Amino acid sequence: MLFLIIKRILLGFITLFIVSIITFVGTEVLPGDACTTYLERQAFGEQLEACYRRLGLNVPAYERYVSWALNAIQGDFGYSLSGEMPIKEVLGPRIKNSLVLASAAIFIGIPIALILGIITALWRDKLPDVAISTVTIFAMTIPEFISATLLILIIAIWLEWLPGIVIVPTDVSFLELLPNIILPVVAIAMIMTAHMARMVRSSVIQVMASEYVQMAILKGVPYWKMVFKHVLPNALLPAINVVALTIAWLLGGVVVTEVVFNYPGLGRLVIESISNRDLPTVQALAIILASIYVSINLLADLLTLMLNPRLKTLQIRK
Amino acid sequence: MTDIIQKVKNLSIGFRSKKGEEILILKNISTNIKKGETVGIVGESGSGKSTLALAMMGYVKHGLYTIGGECQFNSSNLLKMKSKDLEKIRGRKIAMIPQNAGQALTPNLKIGYQIDEALQLHSDLDEKEREKKISELLNKVRLPSPETIALRYPHELSGGQQQRVAVAMALAGTPDLLLLDEPTTGLDVTTQAHVLELLNFIAKDTGTSMVYVSHDLGAIAQVSDRIIVMYSGEIVLEGPSRDILKRPIHPYTHGLLKSIPKLSLAGLPESMPGTQPQPGTIQSGCSFFDRCNFSDENCKNNSPKLEFLKDLNTSVRCFNYEKLVNESQASQTVNKIKNKSQDKEILNLSEVSISYAKQKLLDQIFNRISDDNPTVKDININIKKGETIALVGESGSGKSTILKSIAGLLRTKDGLIRFDENRNLSSDLKERDPNDLRIIQLIFQNPDESLNPNHTVEEIIAQPLKLYFGLKGEELKKNIIDLLQKVRLGEFYTSRYPRQLSGGEKQRVAVARAFAAKPDIILCDEVTSALDVSVQAAVLNLLQQLKEDFGTTYIFVSHDLAVVRAISDRVAVLYQGRLCEVGPSNDVYKFPSHPYTEVLLGAVLEPDPDIKPKLVAEDIVEERPPEKGCSFQGRCSRIVGDICKKEIPPWQLTDSGNAIRCHIPIKELQKEQF
Repeated sequence: MLFLIIKRILLGFITLFIVSIITFVGTEVLPGDACTTYLERQAFGEQLEACYRRLGLNVPAYERYVSWALNAIQGDFGYSLSGEMPIKEVLGPRIKNSLVLASAAIFIGIPIALILGIITALWRDKLPDVAISTVTIFAMTIPEFISATLLILIIAIWLEWLPGIVIVPTDVSFLELLPNIILPVVAIAMIMTAHMARMVRSSVIQVMASEYVQMAILKGVPYWKMVFKHVLPNALLPAINVVALTIAWLLGGVVVTEVVFNYPGLGRLVIESISNRDLPTVQALAIILASIYVSINLLADLLTLMLNPRLKTLQIRK
Repeated sequence: MTDIIQKVKNLSIGFRSKKGEEILILKNISTNIKKGETVGIVGESGSGKSTLALAMMGYVKHGLYTIGGECQFNSSNLLKMKSKDLEKIRGRKIAMIPQNAGQALTPNLKIGYQIDEALQLHSDLDEKEREKKISELLNKVRLPSPETIALRYPHELSGGQQQRVAVAMALAGTPDLLLLDEPTTGLDVTTQAHVLELLNFIAKDTGTSMVYVSHDLGAIAQVSDRIIVMYSGEIVLEGPSRDILKRPIHPYTHGLLKSIPKLSLAGLPESMPGTQPQPGTIQSGCSFFDRCNFSDENCKNNSPKLEFLKDLNTSVRCFNYEKLVNESQASQTVNKIKNKSQDKEILNLSEVSISYAKQKLLDQIFNRISDDNPTVKDININIKKGETIALVGESGSGKSTILKSIAGLLRTKDGLIRFDENRNLSSDLKERDPNDLRIIQLIFQNPDESLNPNHTVEEIIAQPLKLYFGLKGEELKKNIIDLLQKVRLGEFYTSRYPRQLSGGEKQRVAVARAFAAKPDIILCDEVTSALDVSVQAAVLNLLQQLKEDFGTTYIFVSHDLAVVRAISDRVAVLYQGRLCEVGPSNDVYKFPSHPYTEVLLGAVLEPDPDIKPKLVAEDIVEERPPEKGCSFQGRCSRIVGDICKKEIPPWQLTDSGNAIRCHIPIKELQKEQF
């Protein structure tokens, strides 16, 4: 078991290493570099040379990679081009903002998704299932920029209940921030919840049709005891990995929602730094998002391993 | 009439088709189960036997519904009962032992908990007493060290052990009626015999009534007092077990019994033509009409009623049963097979070893296999052109592993596989040239999985013809139709998909595909295990016919010794990947034989209440072959001393050319054990 965990962590680091090389090479082969972007039309002669020297771009690529990687491991990603601020300081609040948004969506979305998924599965083809399933299909298929815009239109503009975009600085207290993030959270949670509820539904239905559930019924196990003891533990195991992917997506991928609501999260930073050709920040973001994916998936795998007795013994025996 | 425990009255269960028609799975079934009685319900897959058993617990599967009739238990109709009341009956009064215990035990709950759950629901014992009871129950079903078993998860037990746990769980509620749905299907012969013996013991010991559902007349014969034969959702024959097996007066049962291969009779049994009609397709007349040898005009137009014959104490649904009254089952005729083998050697395995061990990194780099105790070891077999050689043994004996290596699907560790006296076949598929691949073809156990569901029959059979012979257009088409006719399928099958075929038809397509390559050797991996008995006989006969036409050599793997007896010229018995005995089938099935062969032969169940299985060795499951000595030492009841543990036994030859690998001298082996 311990061996397995170590192996998985090692594999995670190898993945990150590969990602870092790809992003480094990617930014390297693109035409232009940090100095030409920064100096724009003055990018020639003396000035360019000076800039190269200042940024250390005159040494070979592999040397730059090594020094960049060594610093990155310690959390130092160098300076962003746009404001010449340390990237660390740019990233910090953005990560925090994304975390706030993601955790709010997770705390609301996952329990609702589980409950809806279980209800629809247990009342399969009956009224609750038909009603909820229709709604989830809609929530799933409407693109987030439409649902987000509609939310702003109805709640913020017509009803004037909540602000339509986030304009307060994000370092205010949570209570002050709360009304600002309700709409983005709802917009994200809708899609996520719908996806997960459908996943949970099919998983529970599959287990309900299994021979061991039939056996439990024939053993005389009361319905709800059967659901909680025999069905759910087996049906929800596969959900762990889906939840993990959703969380990773929430932390880095909700670009559209962030842009619509003007929310300063990681997703928007990715777009901004790409359009500004802020290569050091792009590199840093790539690494950070990759580490989020890798570590959350690792956690999910380990959790599945711990909860599934079948996998546990299998691994130990090997 | 107080001794009736369950009364099924005019029960009909069915479903509604997409067109809105009512289609019956069970048609007007009536029967009584008496106290202390064991009733066997027998029938092919799709005959409605499991649906009937489940209805006896008040359970109707999703998608089906009760159309009419009742299942009375203690004079209340289970099918109309509220689920609250059913919970008090299920597990406590009526308990179920499922077909596949591996799937029927909840994977995330420990064995002990699952039994405890039944105790909590159906007894008033406190925690201490329940703990004691769990041990008692596990002991009763003869599981070793109950305390540790209780702490295990279902997947940590072997198939036989899981089945025993299911029995213990059913017994926890001390039910009055036990329903058993194919409880031994899927178990090894030896394990099956042991589980049946346990069930018989429990029936006697506790006086529980049992309903035993199975397609296997051999198993039914061992346990039941009374037999109900079902066909196409109807009871066609019902009566005392002995009478039904010795003198089956319904043509279906008659044909069924004739199509089962027997240990005592070498040769292929007669097959029954046709298949059971799909539910809803029979409009008028007897449902068995088109497969029946005794039918006439009357049978075509009128449906026979179940008629009770007082002097025979039997109910039968047939107009012409009288024709069968005097015909006894003993008149079974078999087509003796002629040994077609020639002196020419076609395949030779010498010193073949195969390992499944995970290889160390260094070995992987140097592309070598190191394992001191490989799964299969020292296999020497010389196969003659045109013969049928069978590999037999329990699961884990390495028989399928050897087939895979011959086919090139699995690398050997050591040894040579030689074709046609001089051509060495590489054990790596990638290194074989197309002709090497063509000469050896494989037919798999389960045609559902071996035929691509997205290909039509034509495309399936065309593949080898295009690949090996480059056939195109008209010629290809002609060859495909030719092959289909050889396996007795009409031209119109070409456009069908596998899902539109019955099990037997699918296996015929698989056979046609194998023969399309014009192979010299065909490897048959449990080819009839997934088929119904009546279909099995037909496929065996087909294989034999094709062999006579083409002079093909068969290597036949099976766990069913009676089937092997029917079709093979020579038999090789394997235990834990080591050969125990090799010889002409007539001799292997006679004494003297290897102690393991004795165990296997003793465990075979025959559809005859007078032939009881003999249980010699324990049905322990060994995970690995022993490091030293005889492979069978762990289970052998005839160990002669330390020599068995230390030295690999020598090959001994009998006069008839039967080779036995045992330390016991041939003369000693000759003495019958029982």
